[in-house]
Amino acid sequence: MAQSAASQPSLPARAAPKRRSEAVNGLLMVSPTALYALLLLAAPLVTIFTYSFLTDGYLTVELTPTLGSYVEAWTNEVYRVVMLRSLGVAMAVTLVTVVLAFPIAYYVSFYVDPSRKSLWLFLITIPFWTSYLIRVFLWKVILGFNGVVNSGLMGLGLIDEPLTFLLYNTNSIVITLAHAYAPFAILPIFVALEKIDRSFLEAGRDLGESSFVTFLRVTLPLAMPGVISAVMIVFIPTIGDYVTPHLVGGPEGKMVANLVQVLYLKLDNYPLGSALAVSSMLLVGLVLMMAAMQLAIFGYVFKRIAGTTPLILAIFTALAAAQALLLLVVVLWLITDSAVLTVSLGAALHAVALVALRRKRSAL
Amino acid sequence: MKGGWFRIYAYGFLLFLYAPILLLPIFAFNDGAIVAFPLAGFTTKWFEQLWVEPALHQALKNSLIIAVSASILSTCLGIFAARASTRYNFPLRGGIIGMIMLPLVLPEIILAIALLVVLLGIGIPLSIYTVILGHVLVCTPFSIAVLTAAFQSLDKSLEEAAYDLGETPASTFRLIILPLVTPGIISSLLMTFTISLDEFLMAFFLAGTEPTLPVYIFSQFRFPKSVPVVLALGTVLVVASIILLTIAEYFRRRGIAKTGGKDTGGFL
Repeated sequence: MAQSAASQPSLPARAAPKRRSEAVNGLLMVSPTALYALLLLAAPLVTIFTYSFLTDGYLTVELTPTLGSYVEAWTNEVYRVVMLRSLGVAMAVTLVTVVLAFPIAYYVSFYVDPSRKSLWLFLITIPFWTSYLIRVFLWKVILGFNGVVNSGLMGLGLIDEPLTFLLYNTNSIVITLAHAYAPFAILPIFVALEKIDRSFLEAGRDLGESSFVTFLRVTLPLAMPGVISAVMIVFIPTIGDYVTPHLVGGPEGKMVANLVQVLYLKLDNYPLGSALAVSSMLLVGLVLMMAAMQLAIFGYVFKRIAGTTPLILAIFTALAAAQALLLLVVVLWLITDSAVLTVSLGAALHAVALVALRRKRSAL
Repeated sequence: MKGGWFRIYAYGFLLFLYAPILLLPIFAFNDGAIVAFPLAGFTTKWFEQLWVEPALHQALKNSLIIAVSASILSTCLGIFAARASTRYNFPLRGGIIGMIMLPLVLPEIILAIALLVVLLGIGIPLSIYTVILGHVLVCTPFSIAVLTAAFQSLDKSLEEAAYDLGETPASTFRLIILPLVTPGIISSLLMTFTISLDEFLMAFFLAGTEPTLPVYIFSQFRFPKSVPVVLALGTVLVVASIILLTIAEYFRRRGIAKTGGKDTGGFL
């Protein structure tokens, strides 16, 4: 470079932009996209955040600051019930989706021939990209009174009358959303599993661990980053889903997005609509924080299981169990009609974790 | 058998994933106005009705204009962001890219109402142009995800060689980098086109009186009579999406292979 610059005086001038610092170059390069996001994403988000603290006037928004919208959103039984239901549904969907997705990601990462992995991932993502509305509508056909499930079960003679608990309640919302978000959960877990050095697993087994314990102590902790991103990428958008509760939720299955839509497009109450939207994001943040805490406690117990005093271990196990219980109670309280589904899955998950803990302890 | 139970589970899960899509043509060709079992016989009359719905044709036209514009705009924005994040280190990189990628996780309803409020606030009337603005916001993160994979595997020394041979940054980009990432760009165009064509909520809030195809479909769900026609339309759309995505996947893989990267698979 120096040589050619010396022999050709015109070159340094032509190559001048390259000499600008990397930071300036990078910022310049990203600026069109960043500016777009700033104007059409960040600024609008700040606006609805501000609106949530303003007063609703007739067809206008008055600039008087107030917390009234939040008080209304959190005390009015209509809004409170819908918000808590949305949270419960989002939690149930996340749990179901991630638990169902893990074995798929595990199968594709560990058992599928490397040359066929792309094909599997492509097959998994295709349904995700195709006509969301029609897919949701078809779940109505599958779960309906004379739908696929009912006519199938009646054809087999397993039931005499169509099951009515399948459609128009939170169960159908959970099933439909779990279906819609499955690829979102599978892909991050798959990526995390792919990164695991396979020799770790051989080392685990060479050291005399059973393959189940190796899975718990090596694979699962290393897959955690993927599981965490799967949880976030499913949990946050599902609480604000509009189409699914509208089509398969029935009158008792309205969620936050449906209320926000009515408040914005029908009632013109922007402050209350904004307050509901902000509140639902706050709830999501709170639950994610609680889950992170629980994960940290479980992680600590797993790590310190050897070489710690029984007292500390007992305290942390108790803490973890108490938090798990709290989470379960909250979920149980939030959703009444799909409580059975959620609690049984949640209990199963926690049972596995506790059994793992005990096995680990007895092994030492 | 490799995988044993996992394998059986995986195939079962695929069946669960594809159940709605497999049912779609069954009801689209079913000669009955009620979408339920038992089936009534074979017909193509629902498909024939697609030709004589002016509202549908208008919605399709709107959707195509929006999808073409949104895919080009978001891919252009995606190129800037993906190139910047893979090639340069700059202050606040994580924060800036995080903000751009935010629509990927944020509920769409929040994006939609936020945009609606601001557009109405500055007095821009709702039209297909406002839908394009919203769709670019939603599509850009996906475009960045595809393009980052293409840019990431670029060998930096190719670019340095071009500079040493006297090329300017602009001509280097045109002659060296662009040809190498072209498959990634095509993949991003096709994918964002598919996303925009399928996107409902933004269009529902921002379209005003000019419905897109999904908004039209949504409005038809209210009339049980028109549901079979909608399912016929859905069958056509699903087939079109699968073809587009297969081509996109072909180019995505070719792009990664061309720049010598390792295919980690998947769009996300």
